[in-house]
Amino acid sequence: MMQVANNSYLAGLLEGRPFADRGDALNRLRAGAVERVGVLSLPSTRDEDWRFTDLAPLTKMCFQPYRGVPAIVESDIARYSIAESAQRLVFVDGVYAPQLSSPLNGGIVVSSLAAALPAHAAAIVADLGRRALFDNNAFTALNTAFLNDGALVLLPRNAALDTPVHLLFVATRKEAAAHPRCLVLAGAGSRATVIEEYVALTEDAYLTNAVGEFVLADDAQLTHVRVQRESRQAFHIGHSAVALAHGSRYHGIHAGFGARLSRFNLDVVQNAEGAECEIGGLAIIDGSQLADTHSSIDHARAHGVSRQQHKCIVGGSARAVFNGRIVVRQGAQLTNSAQSSRNLLLSERARVDTKPQLEIFADDVKCAHGATVGQLDADEVFYLKSRGLSESVARSLLTYAFGAEILHAIPVASLRDRLEKMLLAQTERA
Amino acid sequence: MIRQDSKTLLEVRGLRATVNGIEILKGMDLTVKAGEVHAIMGPNGSGKSTFAKVLAGHPAYVVTGGSVLFEGKDLFALAPEERARAGLFLGFQYPIEIPGVANAQFLRLAYNTVQTQRGKDELDPLEFDDFVREKMKLLEMNPDFLDRSVNEGFSGGEKKRNEILQMALLEPRVAILDETDSGLDIDALRIVAGGVNQLANKDNAIVLVTHYQRLLNYIEPDYVHVTEAGRIVKTGPKSLALELESRGYDWVSAAAGAAA
Repeated sequence: MMQVANNSYLAGLLEGRPFADRGDALNRLRAGAVERVGVLSLPSTRDEDWRFTDLAPLTKMCFQPYRGVPAIVESDIARYSIAESAQRLVFVDGVYAPQLSSPLNGGIVVSSLAAALPAHAAAIVADLGRRALFDNNAFTALNTAFLNDGALVLLPRNAALDTPVHLLFVATRKEAAAHPRCLVLAGAGSRATVIEEYVALTEDAYLTNAVGEFVLADDAQLTHVRVQRESRQAFHIGHSAVALAHGSRYHGIHAGFGARLSRFNLDVVQNAEGAECEIGGLAIIDGSQLADTHSSIDHARAHGVSRQQHKCIVGGSARAVFNGRIVVRQGAQLTNSAQSSRNLLLSERARVDTKPQLEIFADDVKCAHGATVGQLDADEVFYLKSRGLSESVARSLLTYAFGAEILHAIPVASLRDRLEKMLLAQTERA
Repeated sequence: MIRQDSKTLLEVRGLRATVNGIEILKGMDLTVKAGEVHAIMGPNGSGKSTFAKVLAGHPAYVVTGGSVLFEGKDLFALAPEERARAGLFLGFQYPIEIPGVANAQFLRLAYNTVQTQRGKDELDPLEFDDFVREKMKLLEMNPDFLDRSVNEGFSGGEKKRNEILQMALLEPRVAILDETDSGLDIDALRIVAGGVNQLANKDNAIVLVTHYQRLLNYIEPDYVHVTEAGRIVKTGPKSLALELESRGYDWVSAAAGAAA
């Protein structure tokens, strides 16, 4: 019975798929995804991976993709502009907004995927849909079924982008369903910083179902800042898939502030020797928000390094979930992996479920992990009070500091300052 | 400096306190007047650090008896932050590391809070920067410490200098320095002690809690008190510290035991 309801809900989301058959290079991928959506069902809390995140609130509402042209102007999004960024791509309710974007089409490509498809079909088809797998992920399948446009960053061999690329996804419409897509192809030895940011000009409920693929060739270096600041009524489902080749390095900073219900899947596959990833995650929620992060770091080859720190600050009756899977395969000797999950509960009703999940099949590896859940440290509070700070100022400063440790790693000063101010405002409210 | 007409800043009478239900302070008595430097010495576990924390209002300690007047007012009627604003300062034995909070931000917040309490103007970040850099010279501190997180990754000596910097900024009436000399090499000790000496004046008082006599070569106390099992069992001039250094603590407790 439930199965039927779930399937019909998925089918409903698939309705209004505007680009079923455009005869472009993505046809096969889309068709495969459409078929898969028909087979898969919406996850329920009986699925181990969704045990703590009940999608019932989502299924009580209907969301349809927006088909029109973006109706906002520069001044509407001025507050999100990032001074350091020279290239920006803006998507409004899932639709590319050329008038708000500043693409780049040289050796380095920063462009709408649809616009770049004719010229770069081979490179795009080789990776698109092959990193963010949708066989067992209904939302990723749904996103892929809608795949028509998206953000493309293409870095040729040894290319270096000195200014960050800003991919800005703006929600403006009640009950809209957007399926944003990012594809970042970093050629051998290339370097770039990409900011993927989700913001809202509406306070209503809508659905963002985003998928990003980040493919790093040998020795490439990518810094990926992912900022989720959706409306407090929104549903945000995100999936970032990272593929790391020999000697490449991925630095991810993923911060989630918004959404009524958010789920972020991060899949990192270190498929060659000497790949390295460093990941900082932060979820700061209160009220009745739910933020669920599921990460998987797969060490398939030797000499890999991964560092992951995930933090949750949970107030009100909010609920955070962290599931951190680390796989070290048989051949992945001398892997060095460290994971920490630290969680701050600001109220009696706040809740966090954290689960490290280590699967180690190699025998000569170094893997450390730890999880803590707690309140603010009484000695730290006392230290600040002994300097004259009031209890509330001391608590908000320490809460801020707890989260700021993650945000400090953002290499773009204006964005870092902006997010730190948001964090401070949120901690002062708590 | 001892002057008969000095104002009494701190008056402790029969102070008793427990931690986790165990009584640590069993009747401390101490009178501190303006302009004085006191040293509280004693073996480990004799209650001297507990005494410092109880005065500052550490929540783990429960006051079970006695009284403390701070400039004539009941100290225990004040919350820890109110004690700090009123002019009581505790230099921590183990200063707390606060990753994520810039030292400059913390110092300015503390300074402005206390300034406001005293009816004086706050300093904006630029004004404060000039002001704090001047104070840092006193402790030969590198200005880089302003940009780093509070105490994070600081060496033992750097942490203690940062404590004395806070004392310099907050200008307390009574500063209690808990084991400020522990973990310091001789150069750091000289610098920290030099800073304390420059901050001492006729209107404030300093209480040094220390295990070793070494610090007292640099900061000369007017009184040396010896603690034993939660009480002050002997008080003497500076020379008492030297005597403790050469003879240890046992003879004091033996003498105190005999007297009792």
